[in-house]
Parts: sequence; C-alpha cells; structure tokens
Amino acid sequence: MAVMIEARHLTHIYGQGMPDATTALEDVSFAVEEGDFVGIIGSTGSGKSTLITHFNGLLRPTSGQVLVGGRDLWAEPSKIREFRFLVGLVFQYPEYQLFEETVYKDIAYGPSNMGLPKEEIDRRVRRAAAFCGLDEALLASSPFELSGGQKRRAAVAGVLAMEPRVLVLDEPAAGLDPEGRDTILSQIKAYHKQTGITVLLVSHSMEDIARFANRVLVMDQRKIAMYDTVEKVFARAPELLELGLSVPQVTKIFLRLRELGLEIPADVYTMPYAVKTVLEAARAKGVL
Amino acid sequence: MLRDITIGQHFPGNSVLHRMDPRLKLLLTIAYIVLLFLAANPVGLTLCLALLALLYRLARIPLRLIGKSLRPILPIVAFTAFLNLFFITGPGQPLWQWWVFRIYPEGVSYAVLMAVRILALIAGTSLLTYTTSPIVLTDAIERLLKPLARLRLPVHELAMMMTIALRFIPTLIDETDKIMNAQKARGAQLDCGSLKQRITALVPILIPLFISAFRRAEELAMAMECRCYRGGDGRTRLKVLRFTGADWASLAVGVLCLAGIFVTRFFFKGI
Repeated sequence: MAVMIEARHLTHIYGQGMPDATTALEDVSFAVEEGDFVGIIGSTGSGKSTLITHFNGLLRPTSGQVLVGGRDLWAEPSKIREFRFLVGLVFQYPEYQLFEETVYKDIAYGPSNMGLPKEEIDRRVRRAAAFCGLDEALLASSPFELSGGQKRRAAVAGVLAMEPRVLVLDEPAAGLDPEGRDTILSQIKAYHKQTGITVLLVSHSMEDIARFANRVLVMDQRKIAMYDTVEKVFARAPELLELGLSVPQVTKIFLRLRELGLEIPADVYTMPYAVKTVLEAARAKGVL
Repeated sequence: MLRDITIGQHFPGNSVLHRMDPRLKLLLTIAYIVLLFLAANPVGLTLCLALLALLYRLARIPLRLIGKSLRPILPIVAFTAFLNLFFITGPGQPLWQWWVFRIYPEGVSYAVLMAVRILALIAGTSLLTYTTSPIVLTDAIERLLKPLARLRLPVHELAMMMTIALRFIPTLIDETDKIMNAQKARGAQLDCGSLKQRITALVPILIPLFISAFRRAEELAMAMECRCYRGGDGRTRLKVLRFTGADWASLAVGVLCLAGIFVTRFFFKGI
C-alpha cells in the first residue's frame, strides 16, 4: 500500500519569537497508508488539533515536512489550495461554519470553489447529502432551521462533497446525543468502506476508536507516544492510563479479570470479540 | 494574520508601569495626548519621543510589538504626509516644482511633524493598553467618570459595556480565525481576486461570526442574570484601586516631564 500522509520531523511553534511562544508539536514523524482508518487520541493540549491542521496546509510547519500522496505540501506554496481539496478537514463543531441560504448551497460551497461544472457540483452535493443521511427535502431549507445533529451532518457533507482522498475529522461526534453520535460515525465508516479513502479521526471516546479505526496514534506532550494497530495499543492499557487516557470499558473489565487470574486475552476491545472470548473460555472450562 | 493585531492588547508584565495605578496612567496618557498638540514643535516632539522610548524601555516591551501596532496606520500617516507636503504653502520660494505641484520648506516640516505626531499618538496610547489589562482599565474609567453619575449618566452600564466589548475582542478574533480556517479548508480564497471577489469572499466568514456573536451575547446575558446581576447599585469590587506612595512619585515625575515638554511651546515654533 502506498503512503498517503507522512510527517517528517514536524515541529510547530506558535508565535515564534514572541515572549509567549509555545511549542505545540515537537519532531513528529509518522506515515499513514492509503485506505487506513487512523484514530488519534491524546489528552487536551497534546497537539492533536495542531497536527491535523498541518495536513491540508492551514498551518505551515516551523520545521520539518508534511507530505500528502508523496508530494511536499510546501514545495510550491502558491499551489497549497490543491491540498485543501485533496485533504478534507472537518473541524470541531463544524456546524458553526454554515452560512448559506440553503443547505444545498452550503454543501456546494466547497465544490464550487474547486471550479467544477454545474452538473458535477449537483451530483456531488446529492451524493454527499445522501451519504450523511440528509433527506433530499432538507436541501432546500435553511441550514439554521435544522436540528443540531442535522446541522453537523450538513457540515460534514460540505467537506465530503469535495470528494477528498483523505478525510480528517476533529471530534465529529462531540456534543451530540448517543443516537446522533452513532449515526454520524457509522456514516463515516460506511463512506470509508465504500470509497476506500484514508480517514483520520480525532476522538476522546476509546469505544469509538475501537469500533472504527484499524490503527491508533497516541499523542502526548507534543509528541507521538504510540502508533500501532488498535489491538497493540489497547493492550498497553496501563501506559495509556498513565498518559491520562483510557481504554474501552470492555478492555478495562477484561484486564481486571486477567488480574483476578482468568486466562483470557489482553487485546479485547470490542463487544463482539469480548462475547466470543468469554464463550470460548467458558467452553474450554466445560461450563457450557 | 489576525493574531498580529496588537492595538488594544495587553502585554502582561511586572514593571513599574504595569504596577502603576490605572487611573494615573489614564490621566497621564490623556495629558500626553494633549501635549502632542500643544507642544507640536520639533524640540517638543523629540522630547515626547525620547520620553516614550524611555517608558517602553521601562515597561520592557519589545520594539517589534510597537512596529506591529504602527503598521496598520502607516498608510494613513503616509497619506496625510503626502497631502501636507503638497498643500502647505509658504511665503518664500518653493523648494521644488513641477506642473501644479510645489513643495515649500514649510510643507516639508509640517508633513514630518504631523507624521511624527500621529505615530507618537498611537505608540503612546498603545503603551497604556499594553501595560494595563482591559478589565483594570475600564475599572479606572468607571472610577474617573463616577462624578458624572450625579448627572444621571449611566456610568456603571457604560463601563460594563466596555468591559464586555474588550473582553470579547480576543474571543471573537479566535472565533474568526476558526471560521476562516474552516472556510479555507473548503477552498475559500480570502487574499486574492478583485475587490468585489474579496468582499463576497467575506460573506462566509461574517455570517457565522455574527451568528456566534449573538449566541454568545445571549448566553452571557443569561449567565449574568443567573448570578443576579442587576446593575451597579450597591456593587463592590474584588480589587479596590488604591493610590500608593509609588503612584504619588510617578505622578510627580510624570507631571514634571510633561511640564518640561509643554514649556518648549514658548521657545520653538511649531504647527
């Protein structure tokens, strides 16, 4: 698989040269392969948001390089806009960016900035809206009349309509009710499956990461603490807890059971797998 | 780019100027501004600049910061200097002339003095906001305007409005930054194109910004009401301003310096 996103010795300092200069990222290097679904976790202020705003060139590295599809973002600064369309970035609370008269026009904002023909824009808007579960009837209404969850989905559709090859989301489910969380995340996962694009998801919910991601990047104190498959990262639960992070509830229970002397695997992090292992263990003991 | 706006920004520190009573600082700044007009002669303005440089040194504010706060007004300064240069006439021979344009020596000196005066004005008032936090500053304004409350002027309400406005400038700048980033992520082009294109490019920024400002105002009003805010009657302060010995000393030094500069008015010809 080809490498889609790569950071090489990426360092970012806010307000360099000012007395209040703060280092937000320090010598970060990693690579994401095409088609991966990477979960990014880390406590507040660990540098997650700074990291992801580098991928579409909104922030310029103080030193180091960011490459997307093998091309250095800042090799030609005048062409940085191409990367904005290549890497779709959904910020926290994206519904605050809605501004148009109708949902349709708002979703079309990105594609029309790309200079696409009208028919293509129309196709993309409808496709993105359908992916995000927005009814055709809603497209003609004002974005400010929608419910919280619908607004969020309209905003995500606005980024999806650019049909980026990489989708970066900063806590897309924050502040939504459980149903809203589930809807939006499942839709993103479905989109990932169908189109095969690369997805980077920042989240504070270990359950969400465990359910959707195949790799996890753990940020701590401006650096990468771990970057591995979901199983391997969640198997290092004690270290995660030390970083002020957590592991999924199921993993916690299984780790505790192991402590109590039961012979069960340490890398249990989803419900179906947990059920399977419990049944297996029970069968092995002859309980069932 | 928005972060570069420094006018009205506080620059925390612990210098003599930072610790000075804000009422005194405010009054001395006003006196300084008046002085820029009363002693607008070459010697007076030079002394003003020297005093300003000394004070900036005392407050330990980096020179780069002054440059940043002056940059936005440079076009205005250049424009006024340009007009003065060509429109001020004198009794003698013009220094230079071409077609209808004539430059007189008076025009040159007027243009220079005027430019220096505007720059000194901005740099001086910036020093006040650099060394005084907005909250303390409005507190000082409220205290100074208190006598006007007798004339039924809503002093407390005005001060509260100012506090809120100042308090929300950084928040709204942050918000603007976020919205701009979100729209840029969708391919918005904010810094090129014709004037009309640039203005239309602002719509996606301004609408969300206004909506969020209204939302914040509503939330703030609600939060204030929840804490039983009902205006200034009987309200006391957490930090009461007190004039200390050091403030009396600063007052004496300040008045002496300003008086010294004022006197130059009688010896040198100004504008």
